[in-house]
Amino acid sequence: MAAAVKKRDYSLIGPEGKLAQERGMVAAEWYQSPIPRPRMKELMKRKNGPAIRDTVLWFALLAGTGWLGTVVWGTWWAVPVFLVYGILYATPGDSRWHECGHGTAFKTPWMNEAIYQIASFMVLRSATPWRWSHTRHHTDTYIVGRDPEILTERPPVWRILFMQILHLYGGPIEIKRFILHCFGKLDAHEKEYIPPSEFNKTFREARIYLLILLGVVATCIWQGSLLPAMLIGLPSFYGVILMLCFGITQHLGLYDDVLDHRLNSRTMKMNPVLRFLYWNMNYHVEHHMFPMVPYHALPALHEAMKDDTPAPRPSLWAALREAIGAMIRQGKDPGYAVIQPLPETARPYMYGLQEIPYITERIRQATGHTNGKTDTEGETA
Amino acid sequence: MTEQKWVEVCGANEIEQEDVIRFDYGDRTFAVYRSEDDDYYATDGYCTHQRFHLADGFVMGNTIECPKHNGRFDYTTGKAKKAPVCVDLKTYPVKVENGKVYLSANE
Repeated sequence: MAAAVKKRDYSLIGPEGKLAQERGMVAAEWYQSPIPRPRMKELMKRKNGPAIRDTVLWFALLAGTGWLGTVVWGTWWAVPVFLVYGILYATPGDSRWHECGHGTAFKTPWMNEAIYQIASFMVLRSATPWRWSHTRHHTDTYIVGRDPEILTERPPVWRILFMQILHLYGGPIEIKRFILHCFGKLDAHEKEYIPPSEFNKTFREARIYLLILLGVVATCIWQGSLLPAMLIGLPSFYGVILMLCFGITQHLGLYDDVLDHRLNSRTMKMNPVLRFLYWNMNYHVEHHMFPMVPYHALPALHEAMKDDTPAPRPSLWAALREAIGAMIRQGKDPGYAVIQPLPETARPYMYGLQEIPYITERIRQATGHTNGKTDTEGETA
Repeated sequence: MTEQKWVEVCGANEIEQEDVIRFDYGDRTFAVYRSEDDDYYATDGYCTHQRFHLADGFVMGNTIECPKHNGRFDYTTGKAKKAPVCVDLKTYPVKVENGKVYLSANE
């Protein structure tokens, strides 16, 4: 039976943040799978080699498809070529932004920082504000009223998700923020998670980003062609489809307000090409539970903890189907969330410091236990 | 002047090279490090950004990385090196005598 769940306020400056604090869900201790320290030390080891190889390959692919795009510009061949270029621009842009933001992709700190700055511009994310936004996302993953990176609320706002196919919702918001930052201002939400000591850096970065974008616009006008913008700037809009698909699979359709990443994050299998583009972020439960493990060690981390986690979804398609199917059900029943059974070897799911009645009751109804060991795939929360 | 009070932490070999352990003393918690060169150091146990135990983090050279948000400190000086940490860590004197590590936990 569908439980009546009140529509919640996902804003960082609304009442939900305070409620989360009162429930002990803010900056709380999260469940971690048991991995012996010596093994964890091996997994955490940093290397430059894999990230240098992948970065050289990425830039070479961008240069190659970008050059081809200029050759076929003005013909219909430009459509598929720029679709590939855009996907190669935005998808690794997002994953490199992410990994280098954590500072784990390369062993050498300046390499992480250099790629982080470049990738931030490519995906139109202010480097410093988004570093802090992502920090909060890791502190309070999908805690309503606290996490600024919840892709869509429950029930989902389909208009926003459809607009995001071309980054038409988030893109303009980011550009507006660049302009705001240029004038030395931040919006109210950003002030929630960016410390004042980082304000000046934020303003400086925005001025550089806008200068580059204005330079691209000026070049377009000077050349009387859209081509320069097709190479720099516009791919952040027309090339985001795969990045959006990846983003949807990370947490959507799963639980809000829990302290166990096995309940609110999704791991899926992927072919090597997609894993190159996504830098192994398909191992999303593993990444959230142990963010100091670099992307190149995530397959090994997955092996080390698979007896304690739900089985990975078999493909990107399966993960998307699960997430979108759950969101469709959430349209009628916002409390619905997918729960995956745990293997017999796993420790029980952990819900929160103070158990949330509607979640524990749902688990009990669905499984007869409080650890979700069942083949039930989803129930009303 | 307050006299330094030394507290026994562990055997010197109980910390691996380039590693860290957690040491709780009273209601306080510390992180005690052994460097690649067999030097020992101690800092507050919690990251200055949020209350996560640094002893669960990763030691690279003179750097400790927080396990939760990847903030970094130079554990020999306590200096904050990478966001999201902005505030330095407090460090404490450490000595090794007769194969034991001692920490001076004076405030």
